[in-house]
Amino acid sequence: MSALLDVSGISISFGGLKAVSEFSLAIPERGLFGLIGPNGAGKTTVFNLLTGVYRPDEGTIRLAGRDLVGLKPHQIAAAGMSRTFQNIRLFPDLSVLDNVRVACHVRGRHGIASTVLRFPAHVAQERGIEERSRRLLALFDLDARRHEAARSLPYGDQRRLEIARALATEPKVILLDEPAAGMNPRETHALAGLIRRLREEFGVTVLLIEHDMGLVMEICDRITVLDYGVTIAAGARDEVQKNPRVIEAYLGQPTEEAS
Amino acid sequence: MIRSAAPVAAGFAIAVLLQLAAGSVVGPFAVKLLMDIGINVVLAVSLNLVNGFTGQFSIGHAGFMAVGGYVAGCITYYGSFLLWGGASVRPGLLSGGTLLFLGACLVGSLVASGAGFLVGLPSLRLRGDYLAIVTLGFGEILRVMLQRTGDVLTDPASVKGAAATTLATSLGGSLGFSGLPYYTNLLWVYVFVTVTLVVALRLKFSSYGRAFLSIRENEIAAEAVGVNTTRLKVRAFVLAAAFAGLAGGLFAHEVGVSLNPRELGFQKSFDIVIMVVLGGMGSVSGAVLAAIVLTLLPEALRSFSEFRMPIYALALILMMILRPQGLLGLREVWELPWLRRRSAGGGTETA
Amino acid sequence: MDGVAVGSLYALIALGYTMVYGILQFINFAHSDVFVLGAWLSYTLAVAFGYAAAGAHPPLAAGLLILVGAMAACGLAGFTIERLAYRPLRRAPRLNVLITAIGVSLLLQNVGQLKWFFGTQPQRMPSLIDDKILAVVAGVQIHLVDLAGAGTALLLMLVLDWLIFRTRMGRAMRAVSHDTAVAALMGINVDAVVSFTFVLGSSLAAAAGFLYAMKYPGLNQPAHATWVLLGLKAFVAAVIGGIGNVRGAMLGGVLIGFIELFGAAYLSPHLRDIYVFSILILVLLLRPSGILGKAVAEKV
Repeated sequence: MSALLDVSGISISFGGLKAVSEFSLAIPERGLFGLIGPNGAGKTTVFNLLTGVYRPDEGTIRLAGRDLVGLKPHQIAAAGMSRTFQNIRLFPDLSVLDNVRVACHVRGRHGIASTVLRFPAHVAQERGIEERSRRLLALFDLDARRHEAARSLPYGDQRRLEIARALATEPKVILLDEPAAGMNPRETHALAGLIRRLREEFGVTVLLIEHDMGLVMEICDRITVLDYGVTIAAGARDEVQKNPRVIEAYLGQPTEEAS
Repeated sequence: MIRSAAPVAAGFAIAVLLQLAAGSVVGPFAVKLLMDIGINVVLAVSLNLVNGFTGQFSIGHAGFMAVGGYVAGCITYYGSFLLWGGASVRPGLLSGGTLLFLGACLVGSLVASGAGFLVGLPSLRLRGDYLAIVTLGFGEILRVMLQRTGDVLTDPASVKGAAATTLATSLGGSLGFSGLPYYTNLLWVYVFVTVTLVVALRLKFSSYGRAFLSIRENEIAAEAVGVNTTRLKVRAFVLAAAFAGLAGGLFAHEVGVSLNPRELGFQKSFDIVIMVVLGGMGSVSGAVLAAIVLTLLPEALRSFSEFRMPIYALALILMMILRPQGLLGLREVWELPWLRRRSAGGGTETA
Repeated sequence: MDGVAVGSLYALIALGYTMVYGILQFINFAHSDVFVLGAWLSYTLAVAFGYAAAGAHPPLAAGLLILVGAMAACGLAGFTIERLAYRPLRRAPRLNVLITAIGVSLLLQNVGQLKWFFGTQPQRMPSLIDDKILAVVAGVQIHLVDLAGAGTALLLMLVLDWLIFRTRMGRAMRAVSHDTAVAALMGINVDAVVSFTFVLGSSLAAAAGFLYAMKYPGLNQPAHATWVLLGLKAFVAAVIGGIGNVRGAMLGGVLIGFIELFGAAYLSPHLRDIYVFSILILVLLLRPSGILGKAVAEKV
């Protein structure tokens, strides 16, 4: 089965430091893969490479067969790959609803003239955007708070909003960067259910960076482990869990089973 | 679409009303003040597109005003000479003179938007601070170039005989472009104010406007959800420059005004920046309120005119430290908590 | 020679811009107004010491005293500005600090013009150095004023270079400009470093002001356009050299001095201001990080 997201041998160096070294990954459609590794291993850098924030020095990135290397981030979003950020990047002063509506922009056709002159196509499109956004918010249990400023939401809701926003771009692949950071076990468990729904209900392929081993082990089909930019293990969760290099990289960190 | 024409019609009606009634009710000085207010509203609301909506820092807005003003003035003045042998006002609502004036203003606006494109495209690709320097530099360069232009031609024969390039560079130099016919009146000013407000508000409360705002809120996140930030920043900048050029055209043909390079230098740019900052960056009504207040204030405080700039400067600094969102922040006047009706909410349908 | 003299002025001012940008990542718009302050303070001190009278022949030490006085006063001014206007906004969005900087700039300009300070009339700086032509080399006249000016500037730049690259404080400055958070974690007092940087930059700007007054004694009032242009060009110098890079600022300053000179001499003197800005646009289009700078990516 050909991979939906096919990454082959991407590397990048900053100054003299090779942050990511020949990283490869092949995720099939509706796959749920995990990317783990100690802090500073280069995981977020991989995300930045995939989403066009950085350009890889070498290697290829293909989404549904289309080459993404060299595209700017907004083009990659339009191509069907969206993401969340390690340090939440919402639009703080915009409302919850508007945060999601902005993400709908990419799937529409917009012009200054049609906006100002209120062409019927424009009006219909706006209505469509609002409906779609509200439906999405309802699924994430955020519709009641849609007029509040994003900055005023509690932390857990902000993370969920970021995921909802990423979903609004109608992506084929979503990259989640430490979505469980700062969450307690109950919230993490709910998040696991949410991520599964992404795959099952929305048909989205997911790549997940996480430190919470319980979450990773619970939901991921396959896991790749990075250390200092180098892939030290990749495979099904059992293999990875028992891999001595992985254990060594996480020296002193016990792996937990989800309760 | 009929529903959407209502606010525009209302605005035009107000403009007509002002034109017909204001003169006899309040006298010529107040009429001039009202025109100044209108022009400043156009300037402040348009700068808001850049500084407020997209969060970029442009401090050369008066430069685009100068471009529009001089281009429009040049066309009206020399055009009048070529068509009618002189630059006096040809009265009548849609007289040849008025049409020439309106056309000139539109051309001025177009040229200003072109200048906006040339200035904006290189700078907006880069970090925000650079735009400030480039726009400041642009304003200064323009001033220098305008000061080097030749004397205004006053004799019909010499105008007819002159080449187009000569006419284009006889703009009065540092003395300014004198002799422009006074076509600007309350009607045209407020017609254009209406257009500006409708454009700004409809843009803001639409997907386009939200995309603008997302750039200001978090540019990296905006890119990540598919917003082409560079293209939108340039669009906002060009649109703002177009309106500034329009305001410049109105300004140039206003009675009691001297169109010279110093008048439209960085001092003017700062005046507009202060209006946008105080009113609330991102708030259209905030910019309008600030424009009104800051046009009237210097008149009221004429005796303290030497303190005006230091006070403004101090106010700016204190504002940034104590209330950086300005008066209204991102919200419009009708969105303030105690005015909000049950159905309306932040960001949903309006005008 | 003129190019070197003017270029070194630009360099001194550019250093202040580049150092502040290096550690705080923002353009201190008010910096050029400190330069103006330095020039006007030099004038005020010179007059106060009685050197404005005809026939006064001030000793060389007087010049040095005024220079040091202006530098100290402006250093203090820079410190105060940072403390009161910029430090409260350390964590605020960049746009806000830029606006504040504009406010400070306007404040300095317009308060400077009030009658209790420097007034709105241009004044003439009394000459502290005789305007002698020392020598003529290859058709180029070497004025004493220019030589003294360039020499002083060079000396100051050497001291700065030593400060930044060979002292502990200098290392701290470089660490903070590299990564503020990490520097703080390593125990560096970031606030102290920032204050020190402002004091340093401001005193250099004051020195430039003094030297400017020496070379061009006709001082326009503080809010005059000539000062704004000078400040802008100095900033362009900093950008060309690589914003954030100290040696780049020095290089950029001299380059700008020469570009202006050659442009005015060989192309058209009327458009001298335009050359510098054209170079700015070119640099921004082709190599925004400048000659000696390196592109810094924002952490995503």
